Amino acid sequence: MTPRFAPGDRVRVCVRDVAHHCRTPHYLRGKRGVVARVLGVFPDPEQLAYHRPGSPHLPLYQVAFDHGEVWAAPQRKTVITADIYQHWLEAID
Amino acid sequence: MPHDHPHRHDDDRPHHEAGPHAPVNEAHGVRPESALLERALRELLIERKVFTAADIRRQIEATESRTPEEGARVVAHAWSDPEYKAWLLADAKAAIESFLGIDLKLTPELVVVENTPGRHHVICCTLCSCYPRAVLGVPPAWYKNPEYRSRVVIEPRAVLAEFGTVLPEDVEIRVVDSTADVRYIVLPLRPPGTEHLSEAALVALVTRDSMIGVTVPS
Amino acid sequence: MTRGVHDMGGLAAGPVDRTEHEMTLFDQRVDAMLRLLVDPAHGHFTIDAVRRAIEALPPDDYLGLTYYERWIRALCRLSIETGLIAEDELQRKLAALARDGGGG
Repeated sequence: MTPRFAPGDRVRVCVRDVAHHCRTPHYLRGKRGVVARVLGVFPDPEQLAYHRPGSPHLPLYQVAFDHGEVWAAPQRKTVITADIYQHWLEAID
Repeated sequence: MPHDHPHRHDDDRPHHEAGPHAPVNEAHGVRPESALLERALRELLIERKVFTAADIRRQIEATESRTPEEGARVVAHAWSDPEYKAWLLADAKAAIESFLGIDLKLTPELVVVENTPGRHHVICCTLCSCYPRAVLGVPPAWYKNPEYRSRVVIEPRAVLAEFGTVLPEDVEIRVVDSTADVRYIVLPLRPPGTEHLSEAALVALVTRDSMIGVTVPS
Repeated sequence: MTRGVHDMGGLAAGPVDRTEHEMTLFDQRVDAMLRLLVDPAHGHFTIDAVRRAIEALPPDDYLGLTYYERWIRALCRLSIETGLIAEDELQRKLAALARDGGGG
């Protein structure tokens, strides 16, 4: 799967209610960030967790979020990064 | 539930279910039920020839053999050799395999993040305990416990202060949450006044905690 | 929205307890079994499945058990799920060990 995003792209983490195994932390759901790195293509943990093969492999991105975007009481000069799978990201135009 | 820790800011955040004394770390001893489960599973899996007792012993030894000193040697080498440092930052897995002579096939991906005078990284795994075990050995208990996992992404400076680390206000703190298959190691900033030190002497300056990012080498 | 008890980023919590803990023999054995069982060369189950099984523990268990106590419960569950052992086999073994004087 060709990565959809590149470093510098502005993205938003999807808002979805899922009860299954998921590696997108709640504190980042719906938050806007910038792609910092394209980390490669990996099997889908949401499938692997249930003994399924995890295909097709998914592009994975390190996304950087300003602290003030994520939390109500912002702290200056603080950035949070997290590694988010492509199907949990949408483009911000 | 009563809390005995101070709330330093608007605290409408959800709280942990258990009180502050829940024994989440391994200091507090093993319930008899847990010891039984371990022995039962181990004996059944050996009987079923899934693995042998020797396999378990070998695995325990392999885990014990990985210590933070491996990572410290990598850092000291990167401080001493600009070409190696560039390779480490571009392709950490290959650079580390080459320098330490180890096989990182069980680590899907490894990234070394460089601290600079303007940017300080600190690594965590809010969802569980992902950690670069193949290079640094087993993580400390605090890294796996709720206090660190909950607080480092929201109040990293306060958490670093608990480790005795206070950074200037104009230094960006970058909290790296290891949410997927990539494992992160911090390349700490080389302390000033160490230009004359040999690579071997530099190794002693690099602690496990400085490669997680909660402290700086001194 | 559904949020697992393991999904901890941003929750209120107390100071970090920096006490170092040596791995006990229990810890080491559980850790070793995990590594052997998730080794891709053997393909029994994945570390992702282990995480899922831990996340599925009742919240009181997740917060009240030690790190490796959570793991051993996950390994038992997954060993049964993937057919390495049978549930009744485990129960019989546990009963036999309890009669004979315990774990370790």
